[in-house]
Amino acid sequence: MNLGRLRVVAFLAALFITAGTFASPVPVPTLKSRVTDLTGTLTSGQCRQLEETLQQFESVKGSQVVVLIVPTTGEETVEQYGIRVADQWKIGRSGVNDGVILLVAKNDHTLRIEVGRGLEGALPDATASRIINEIVVPSFKKGHFFDGIEAGAGKIIKVIQGEPLPEPAATAKRYKAIIDPIFPFLFIGIPLVMSFFGFLGSIIGYLGAGLIGGGIMGVATYWMCGELMGGIIFGVFFFVFCTLIAASNGRNGRRGSGSWSSGGFSDGGSFGGGGGGFSGGGGSFGGGGASGRW
Amino acid sequence: MKTWIIVLILAVVCFGVIGSGYNRIQSTDEQIKADWAEVLNQYQRRADLVPNLVNVVKGYAAHEKAILTQVTEARAKVGAIQATPELVNNQEAFAKFEAAQRELSSSLGRLLAVAENYPQLKADGVFRDLQAQLEGTENRIAVARNRYIEAVKGYNITVRSFPVNLIAKTFGYSIKPTFAVESEKDLAKPPTVDFK
Repeated sequence: MNLGRLRVVAFLAALFITAGTFASPVPVPTLKSRVTDLTGTLTSGQCRQLEETLQQFESVKGSQVVVLIVPTTGEETVEQYGIRVADQWKIGRSGVNDGVILLVAKNDHTLRIEVGRGLEGALPDATASRIINEIVVPSFKKGHFFDGIEAGAGKIIKVIQGEPLPEPAATAKRYKAIIDPIFPFLFIGIPLVMSFFGFLGSIIGYLGAGLIGGGIMGVATYWMCGELMGGIIFGVFFFVFCTLIAASNGRNGRRGSGSWSSGGFSDGGSFGGGGGGFSGGGGSFGGGGASGRW
Repeated sequence: MKTWIIVLILAVVCFGVIGSGYNRIQSTDEQIKADWAEVLNQYQRRADLVPNLVNVVKGYAAHEKAILTQVTEARAKVGAIQATPELVNNQEAFAKFEAAQRELSSSLGRLLAVAENYPQLKADGVFRDLQAQLEGTENRIAVARNRYIEAVKGYNITVRSFPVNLIAKTFGYSIKPTFAVESEKDLAKPPTVDFK
């Protein structure tokens, strides 16, 4: 009986899986490195070589160029798949939008250069089309995939090099500068603020504490956003919030501080690290670039 | 004291709902405007390419008068429509704009099909660059249209669903037109070209 049930489950599972493959479009792979080869066309050495070239280029120029090789784009055209990849990966720096994706659908014999908005001037459609048809496609026709990709990526890099773009490396540091102070605040600051209001509530009454907290937050919001409405909403909200905190803390025995700082949060360091992984910088794409086939 | 706090909380919640609903309409409305501007921008870009393309084709295939005048006329018709951002608030004008663009799309497709018969034209560097630009622009149009469709979908859902629809009515916001799906399909498909 057990076996029979198992069979039914397996059959249903198989049905769902096949239905899924027919209905849903080809998923966009998660971005882990600059060269993503889902077909096993490139050797690991070749991948590493390309990766190094692209990484070096990014450290010098700041622009992100990535390569994706998929077996097929499914029912979608290479353009439709390409823009989905671009939207998900967000290659290129945010604001500069200087990302390029070289997409190859090996079994479909189609390829595309997807160009970020910021590079549409440096790498216009006509240039992208020439790179595809004059540099990449001839190699692909002979079955030399690595040569084609390497030469194509090399040419893309060369073209971008002539474009005046903002200096690189600033983004990573700036993110760190914003993120780093935020996490200690979240984990240490919030319990601290809460216990402070508990303490305040025990001295001047919880309505007073709420009034002070709401007032501070309201004024601060108005000051930062310049919206009176937002300031009032935030002020009232935090008035209620702070009053409740003060009230609940006060009821918990008026001990003041201590009850909220449960500890155990302070493991800094794990956020700033990394370095091995790769991710898009938040660049946006508008469908520029060119496609080709071989 | 207790009822006073409850009344206050309710007031805050009401205020929050109205405020956030109103703000959501504002931000999605703004998003639609931006996406629509992008659609117009890309259509304009395509219209700007047409005269050059027609000239190059004329150089090699001057006797293909029928298709050349067809493209030129379709281009003129597109140019005659005032493509303003306010178009999104007028269903009729929107449909007219859409029809004119579709006509230009199909006549351009025919022009490129005709060009296939002229090997010298196909080998011309200027023609190939123009063709790449046209393909790229068609793709940008498709992307911009999709983004516009998505934005309008979000907006229309917001404006129609319950608490917000009252706010929308109060402030005079109604649903916006979107592209028909069938025409979307043949427009999203760039003119097929292969270099053989």
